[in-house]
Amino acid sequence: MSAQETAAPRLADVAVGDVIGTRTVELDRSRLVRYAGASGDFNPIHWNDSFAEGVGLPGVIAHGMLTMGSAVGLVEDWAGDPGAVVEYRTRFTRTVPVPNPGTALVEVTGTVAAVDAEAGRVRVDLTVTSDGQAVLGRAQVLVRLA
Amino acid sequence: MANTVPDPGFAGREYPATSPYSVGREKIREFASAVGAAHPAHHDSVAARGLGYPDLVAPATFAVVVAQRAEAQYVQDPAAGIDFSRVVHADERFTHHRPIVAGDELVTVLHVDSVATRGVLSLVTTRCEIFAESADGTREPVSTVTSTLAVRGEDA
Repeated sequence: MSAQETAAPRLADVAVGDVIGTRTVELDRSRLVRYAGASGDFNPIHWNDSFAEGVGLPGVIAHGMLTMGSAVGLVEDWAGDPGAVVEYRTRFTRTVPVPNPGTALVEVTGTVAAVDAEAGRVRVDLTVTSDGQAVLGRAQVLVRLA
Repeated sequence: MANTVPDPGFAGREYPATSPYSVGREKIREFASAVGAAHPAHHDSVAARGLGYPDLVAPATFAVVVAQRAEAQYVQDPAAGIDFSRVVHADERFTHHRPIVAGDELVTVLHVDSVATRGVLSLVTTRCEIFAESADGTREPVSTVTSTLAVRGEDA
């Protein structure tokens, strides 16, 4: 994995305000079913429209954990080492309805919010929106960098 | 009729350690693909070893698979009073003491940290302490997963 290592950012070169990158996550019904199976979260609000409507939702919504899990890949890839993520937290501020047929788009931007040179850690804050509105709030990733 | 307000008496409760969850390579690959995690360390053992890990590395939110099994002991207990049709996920936090890797045998100790009801909204916070258990029974801290659920009351 020399290419990955070469591409990994060095702590000394990272500054608060740096945008580490952006990513668009495409969520359709098959992604939801796939995540349900992989995670073991079979709540029917994520695959059954009539059930979702029955509990007051507009229809099937994405798992909050799918949105959270999909957003952090941007940071893993930037760091060059998925094991460098030492903390990841978020609030779920808004649901992501997923149409049928169709695709919900989730836009992710990562920005360096803090650099702790002594601890060798960088905090990357994620802006995660869908349809122009934030779906994750205070999404913060603590990454170990050398 | 089921109790529709979470019972505050569960706050502070600690559950016995779960039976081990065996982290498999194919499960890591399956979960990584489901969240679009394309880094080779999730999929290719050689790449993972190249980064210094003994085997495939789990994505940052993989611990939820293990944590949700443990949380079921509490949230699916009818006495806890959590009506899942009225639950939304409010907050989630992962702290990794070290990455989860394929081959880990993970046991989880579930804590109910708080149960608070204000008006028609209840907030329930659980914490899963996840350990890797060795053949000799020693436990190494791996991840802490803290989750807050918001439960709407009857009139919400």
